[in-house]
Amino acid sequence: MTLHLAVALDGAGWHPAAWREASARPEAIFSARYWAELVAEAERGLLDFVTIEDSLSLQSTLLDGPDGRADQVRGRFDAVLLAARLAPLTSRIGLVPTATTTHTEPFHVAIGIATLDHVSGGRAGWRPQISARSTEAAHFGRRPFPRLDGSFSIDDEHVRALFAEAADAVEVVRRLWDSWEDDAEIRDLATGRFIDRDKLHYIDFAGRFFSVRGPSITPRSPQGQPVVTALAHARLPYEFAAGGADIVYVTPHSADQARAIVEEVRQLSAELRVFADLVVFLGDDAAERKARLDRLDGAELRSDAAIFTGTPEELAELLLTWRRAGIEGYRLRPGALPYDLEAITRGLTAELRGRGAFRRSYEAMTLRGLLGLPRPASRYAEVS
Amino acid sequence: MTRKRIHLAAHFPGVNNTTVWADPRSGSQIDFASFAHLARTAERGKFDFFFLAEGLRLRELKGRIHDLDVVGRPEALTVLSALAAVTERLGLAGTVNATFNEPYELARRLSTLDHLSDGRAAWNVVTTSDAFTGENFRRGGYLDRADRYTRAAEFVRLSRELWDSWQPGAHLADKSRAQFVRPAAIGTVHHEGPHFAVEGEFTLPRSPQGHPVIIQAGDSDEGREFAAATADVIFSRHGTLEDGRAFYADVKSRLARYHREPDQLKIMPAATYALGDTEEEAAENAAAIRRQQVGPQTATAFIEQVWGRDMSAYDPDGPLPDVEPDLSEGVSQGRVPFGDRAAVAAKWRALAEEKKLTIRELVIEVTGRQTFVGTPAGVARQIDEHVQADAADGFILVPHLTPGGLDEFVDRVVPLLQERGAFRADYTGTTLREHLELS
Repeated sequence: MTLHLAVALDGAGWHPAAWREASARPEAIFSARYWAELVAEAERGLLDFVTIEDSLSLQSTLLDGPDGRADQVRGRFDAVLLAARLAPLTSRIGLVPTATTTHTEPFHVAIGIATLDHVSGGRAGWRPQISARSTEAAHFGRRPFPRLDGSFSIDDEHVRALFAEAADAVEVVRRLWDSWEDDAEIRDLATGRFIDRDKLHYIDFAGRFFSVRGPSITPRSPQGQPVVTALAHARLPYEFAAGGADIVYVTPHSADQARAIVEEVRQLSAELRVFADLVVFLGDDAAERKARLDRLDGAELRSDAAIFTGTPEELAELLLTWRRAGIEGYRLRPGALPYDLEAITRGLTAELRGRGAFRRSYEAMTLRGLLGLPRPASRYAEVS
Repeated sequence: MTRKRIHLAAHFPGVNNTTVWADPRSGSQIDFASFAHLARTAERGKFDFFFLAEGLRLRELKGRIHDLDVVGRPEALTVLSALAAVTERLGLAGTVNATFNEPYELARRLSTLDHLSDGRAAWNVVTTSDAFTGENFRRGGYLDRADRYTRAAEFVRLSRELWDSWQPGAHLADKSRAQFVRPAAIGTVHHEGPHFAVEGEFTLPRSPQGHPVIIQAGDSDEGREFAAATADVIFSRHGTLEDGRAFYADVKSRLARYHREPDQLKIMPAATYALGDTEEEAAENAAAIRRQQVGPQTATAFIEQVWGRDMSAYDPDGPLPDVEPDLSEGVSQGRVPFGDRAAVAAKWRALAEEKKLTIRELVIEVTGRQTFVGTPAGVARQIDEHVQADAADGFILVPHLTPGGLDEFVDRVVPLLQERGAFRADYTGTTLREHLELS
């Protein structure tokens, strides 16, 4: 029984004090080289893909608004551009940036991810994300959002609307990716036509939040449909993922929870791939390392995902146990970079290979290929 | 008086008929290898920057997608970010529309590109008011023509505020003092203007150039004034010596009003070229390229845009038919319109009659001819003369072939410009601002 492995890259790792570790390089976070080294390490480990976190506001410990803290990593690159910067430096690993659907234009997101797919030769994905923060909305000044306080609820009308908008955005993006059929470019000398315009399609999306006419300005990309992924913790985002994503990242804290979540997701979609997110600290001294970072930060690490501390061998056992509960792959969030990333790419992958559960070489050129997803024909192509 | 230094940029061939695809050497307009080839060629030639245009809706003629020219482009900044990985010194300039973007997001993307390229990012600011393009976006075509430059000016001003909002040295990464950033070094931007209301903190430290280079391409009085107030480079259409000198003098004279020196705004007209071993051969090559650029169907499409009616019944290799233009409505969407179509039609008819031209010959005659035609030595001399005569500070070269259209220029003309002492033998700086000698 094999499994898929991805890592989630962000800052100096997922512990807020990780940048203070001896092996951390916080001075290089705003350089291309820093990220190039991380993604090269992930590719050496033959991982399926890396995700890159993003948001249109500064990181904060508060639900809504900056916290003024200077002792944690603050600042991030635009994730799509960072992924594109890494594409020519890698050749097999998938690149999955986050891009918000709340304040962006679906048209721009569609051509950005399609372009990432072109420059990477078919290794692009996308993690659509909503933002409910009023302080982030104030960066755009178009829509006033209510201030989020302690009573934030996913069933709130405001949040429901943002998910509905995100679902429309994914639909628009997917239609735009299909709006050029694969063989639209003909270069026909006899008639002087560069394209067969019958193979370019208006998408004519009209919804509650926006209307988009199409077609895309960007020809269909190598994967046709780059891989769409979504993080989800509850029914509403499960529905969002089932409606538009290829992969959902869920956050069980036990094998029983994993089984229950997989069952719930399966009721919504038979095709959606279910990955589990885990924050991981690896090594013989993992628990002590995490405890030391907690002390440095002045608080115990909290996370939506389960936090694992232990050896790569122990983690491999856990992943295989959850695998039997229906989890098909994992997005591991390294507690500290590059330390826990290297423990994944060198230690964990070796443990999994020893159990026949992970690849020994890349078996495909595209991300869809690595994930066993077929390349779909354009929805607009007529079946002849 | 010191000799002016020439600045050169390479324009990735676009989606006009000037890009020849019906040539066996024509490669992909979308594969990354094409962008990488042209960018590496430009860097081998020590060019200042690489330039990408943009169009956010596919062009239409007679209500249908125009199919005779190259179609299909990437998202500009995404390709430029990838190119930053395969080049080291070349500036990376992208055209991005200020109408269909928001300052916080775009300023952040440009800052990201500047960081990821170690200081090589440039933004060609364009605006559009047409509802046709707006149909692809949330807000539609909401902008009045008159507001285009006020929006662009406010957009750039606000972007610069965001770029400046982290103090220099704000990113400390000091492990021993537990200060990733210097406390209180991240400022809050409060902006309330006619076009934008933005409040909050930016997500990136000041980038290597501080401010990515701003390019402006509009030619109207408002466009020139906006450039004089705001831009670092003007991408102009005035490639001839006389036009270029008039434009150059006009724009440079506007700078004092904004307390700027003449060399703080570089004027770089678009330029095309055709080379040959002899003057005769160059002229023949130029004519051959123009015949490729204006095929029979393209010739018909051109006169249809002016006449406003279906002209497909007329042989493009025959005479212009005796029909009047239909001025009721335009047939073309998504490109710059032909102003007064009645006047243009009358002028074209007179020219065709005077020179006994067929439809195709007429279109070849009236649409852009190459800026520079000659031997490599002749073209090098012409370029240098234009710059020394204050018709330009340099040129944005537009090859007619993707991706190899710049190869010959870099191999044969650049060394001669270097021999003349008019163009750098190697890069002396690392950032685009340094290449352009901008402070």
